[in-house]
Amino acid sequence: MKNDYLLISAVDMAFETGGSEPFVALKDVNLSIDKGEVISIIGHSGCGKSTVMNIVGGLLQATKGGVILEGKEVNTPGPDRAIVFQNHSLLPWLTVYENIALAVNKVFRKSKSKAERDQWIRHNLNLVRMDHAADKYPNEISGGMKQRVGIARALAMEPKVLLMDEPFGALDALTRAHLQDSLMEIQKDLGNTIIMITHDVDEAVLLSDRIVMMTNGPAATIGEVLKIDLERPRLRLELADDPQYNHYRAEVLKFLHDRHALPSAA
Amino acid sequence: MTITTSNKVSSLDTGAETETSPQSTNVQDTVVVANDTTTASATSAKTDVTPPQTVDRFAPLEDLIRKATNVIFLPGLTFLFVIAIWSGIQHTIAPDLPTPVETWGKAMEIFGDPFYEYGPNDMGIGWQVMYSVGRVLAGFLLASLVGVPVGFLIGMSDTFSRAWNPLIKILRPVSPLAWLPIGLLIFKAVDPSAIFVIFITSIWPVIINTAAGVRNIPSDYMNVAQVLKLSQLEIARKILLPATLPHILTGMQLSLSTAWMVIVAAEMLTGGIGIGFYIWDEWNNLSVTSIIVAIVVIGLVGIALEAGMNLLQKRLSYQS
Repeated sequence: MKNDYLLISAVDMAFETGGSEPFVALKDVNLSIDKGEVISIIGHSGCGKSTVMNIVGGLLQATKGGVILEGKEVNTPGPDRAIVFQNHSLLPWLTVYENIALAVNKVFRKSKSKAERDQWIRHNLNLVRMDHAADKYPNEISGGMKQRVGIARALAMEPKVLLMDEPFGALDALTRAHLQDSLMEIQKDLGNTIIMITHDVDEAVLLSDRIVMMTNGPAATIGEVLKIDLERPRLRLELADDPQYNHYRAEVLKFLHDRHALPSAA
Repeated sequence: MTITTSNKVSSLDTGAETETSPQSTNVQDTVVVANDTTTASATSAKTDVTPPQTVDRFAPLEDLIRKATNVIFLPGLTFLFVIAIWSGIQHTIAPDLPTPVETWGKAMEIFGDPFYEYGPNDMGIGWQVMYSVGRVLAGFLLASLVGVPVGFLIGMSDTFSRAWNPLIKILRPVSPLAWLPIGLLIFKAVDPSAIFVIFITSIWPVIINTAAGVRNIPSDYMNVAQVLKLSQLEIARKILLPATLPHILTGMQLSLSTAWMVIVAAEMLTGGIGIGFYIWDEWNNLSVTSIIVAIVVIGLVGIALEAGMNLLQKRLSYQS
């Protein structure tokens, strides 16, 4: 067990509802993640995907069990587990540059000089190809661009784990495909460990090393873990006709719509 | 989202270029960045980007005519219409009303020397307005100084909110003028009493809007603050204040416009000097022309105050 990079261990999560019984959202969630691994968590809405992510991110505290990152328990939020939020959550009163600067200046206040920090901000903007919009405000750029900046902000914290909560869910299909490609490229170069929540089967198969499929709540837990043995770099066009890819895709679909279909089709 | 970038373009250059490129309006997914680094070639690249335009020589003229219609002609028409009605009423049912021509003459007289001073009870309209504006600003600023922190407390703490909300709910619908006797009793002078009334007028919208702003801060912003481990002070300075500023300014704008209405009534009661008292005084002199002129002046000053607040709002607010 000592080789676990990130370990989610026997996590239960119950929410006080004000009633007599608390609502049990998660029950006995266990997952071990290696360094540099890309994990997708997929499941129907309300299955507690986001709760898992918020517990790893420290925004929620597990009722039982816990999260261990590099041998240390983590139960408060911190920049070592940067989060890319679904709706980008850039601060609208700051420019693109300033949004990233807020993170960089906080995280590297002591370890980097002012010039180094400036360079680091611009490097990360360059990474997501947003350097041309450094001085624009979030409302002046498109949704896809905002999400790029959100990713740059998270990457700029040099997190041990990058948490992405349906990062591309709010984007149109074309923009989403571009961002997925960008993310794969960046991950190939930097070797980030990524946990991503998604409800998009194609996205999960394309991006992940393993897909974690969650059962329906209440008391949701991990139903199955599917290992995706597809060679990288993965090209979406070639994979479209790849039997192995389609097999994985079918596996996930079967899990979601057959074995764990929502009782009341939402 | 297609982005064609060059290898080594300094981000400042490219930023400037996207800024000036005529096609790059706000939202734009396709950004073509030229492959140059020097400023000179960047400029040439800029001109390359410009699409060939067919020059419409009359477009600026048409634009001017449209603007003139909207800004001068249409309002002017309404203005004439109102004067016609006024004349009609004056000729038929209310012969005591001054004619527009008489009023115009009076206006010229008043504006001819707006800052005369014949003793404390006889000053030009300029002075009257300045005194009123001074009182409004004093009460308004005091209310903002008190109201913003109180609003923050109410917005952030449920305990504080529960403790204060009933009091605010009771006092808010009360006409601020009801406080005037209390003010006179406490301060025993006209000026501080009027400022006190304006303070009471202004404070509720500031408190309520600030509190609402604090409560409506998206939880995302606070999550960002948590992930970055910002300290309480950093959260207040970098997240809470900028996020609530638009709400605070909305509250202040509401306050200021109401305060300007209330001061006229307050000064009618307190007497002394001020545009409100001026109207009352002219009523006692049966100089209705002066009153009509004063009404227009009050309106114009109100517009000026609002424009000032708008300017402030534009400078300080962000677009979400």
